[in-house]
Amino acid sequence: MIAANPSIQLVRAQWLNLLRTPAYTLPTLLFPVMFYVFFGLMMLRGQALWLLCTFATFGVMGAALFSFGVSVATERAQGWLLLLRASPAPVGAVIAGKAFGALLFAIIIVVMMSALAAAFGDVRLETAQWFGLAGILSLGAIPFCLMGLALGLWLSPNAAPAVLNLVYLPLGFLSGLWIPSTVFPGWLQSVAEWLPPYHLAALALDIAGARSADWGHSLTVLGLFGLVFAVMTALGWRRLSGVS
Amino acid sequence: MDQPIVAECSALQHHYGSTAALAGIDLDLHAGRVTALLGPNGAGKTTLIHLLLGVLSVQRGRLELFGGLKPGSREAQERIGVMLQASGVQDNLTVAELLGLFASFYPQPDSQIGLLDELELIELADRRFDRLSGGQKQRVLFALAVVGRPDWLILDEPTTGLDPAARRILWRAIEARRQAGVSILLCTHFMDEAQKLADHVVVLDRGRILEQGSPDAIRRRVPSDRIRVRTALPSAKLRTLPGVQSVQAGEAFTEILSRRGVDTVRALLAADDAIEDLEVAGADLETAFLALTDSAQTEQEAA
Repeated sequence: MIAANPSIQLVRAQWLNLLRTPAYTLPTLLFPVMFYVFFGLMMLRGQALWLLCTFATFGVMGAALFSFGVSVATERAQGWLLLLRASPAPVGAVIAGKAFGALLFAIIIVVMMSALAAAFGDVRLETAQWFGLAGILSLGAIPFCLMGLALGLWLSPNAAPAVLNLVYLPLGFLSGLWIPSTVFPGWLQSVAEWLPPYHLAALALDIAGARSADWGHSLTVLGLFGLVFAVMTALGWRRLSGVS
Repeated sequence: MDQPIVAECSALQHHYGSTAALAGIDLDLHAGRVTALLGPNGAGKTTLIHLLLGVLSVQRGRLELFGGLKPGSREAQERIGVMLQASGVQDNLTVAELLGLFASFYPQPDSQIGLLDELELIELADRRFDRLSGGQKQRVLFALAVVGRPDWLILDEPTTGLDPAARRILWRAIEARRQAGVSILLCTHFMDEAQKLADHVVVLDRGRILEQGSPDAIRRRVPSDRIRVRTALPSAKLRTLPGVQSVQAGEAFTEILSRRGVDTVRALLAADDAIEDLEVAGADLETAFLALTDSAQTEQEAA
């Protein structure tokens, strides 16, 4: 008999756990889609394409932040991470499983919103643009996965959801994901240009043909943001091992 | 001849900020025996276990496993099974899914069906972990610890919160591993458990080893007798009798711990000629443990 691959088993276990938690899964998937339906398709019909890009960015960011942040904080507190670290489990597969989960959620959110935008918002894109949109938003989730992972390693399970909401909602608003940053006062617009969701939305808008973006600049901001949280993740991991 | 050593600690220290959880311990844990690690809360037991498992890094001192392996290395982890006090699992998974997952971590896992049968979990195999009782959960965690057929089993308070029947099932399973030659480190607050299962006892307090040896040797190092008696004498009077260390008055019986049991009994008989049901016994492990940790505390307070 071929031994079961431990990494695949661990990723599978995490996905099963996720699927069996509808109280987490459904709001994470439906909340941004519901926002898009209200604002993009019912209230501001002329802005359906713009809001598709920004609300999809909002949804992808939420899936990444919460699937890492809350679950890592909870699993750390309940001793699951400790048990895995004490056993010969491939702990990297825990991260990979969550990353795949966040990417899958990101794709589902983008596909649901895109289908609604095409069906009810008269949004018309080339096939390559649809795929490009899904691609950039899924890959763009990675820096937010790192942010969620870092916060999950540093926060208690009680604090994690509150802090993540405190980060998620203002970050979404200030990045112009709900209201275009062009209507912000000048000083607030310059704040938005420093925020990573603004740059991810800018890349999505560029692919959709709604506004051109400086790809080099946006990718640099997203990369640096990811790097900061990768360092925080490494420090959080060292802290688990009692290294001072 | 001494058996091989599964863990060798020398001058091992660990601090959390300015607090010393382990203040420099020297300890050899020998293969093929059950070592009970005893100590009050905050003694440093969990820190020591986490260092042995490699989930905490060694700050100062030396720690080697199986004659040269680094704690936390894959080779070491594949030879160790662990059941932690603060252990949780992804509780949406079923018993069979969890067992299958942990079996996949080890090169030569045990039969999952055999384990479920041994631990009386067969009928619960398809039940989710969050729908199990406390005793069933402990048995599942034990199964996860042993499914890799470890050479060394580390059990941190495995029977806490269990009813007597569930406790007996786990004791039987631990005893079976001991019979099969598995080395076991058992951290427990239950002295009867340590007395029943352990070949060797290590008493830890405030990050230091107070005593170690066989359970009988530990008991003998505390020169105390336990006197159990029905008497009308008040506790204050009993405390003045020769050799008395402590008095605990219950509803029916009074328990006296004495350094000079014979002298205490003579004085007791002289003071109360109506005593009933007198029993005198040597100190048990719990008495010895309390005497050791109390005297360590008294010494520290005096210092």
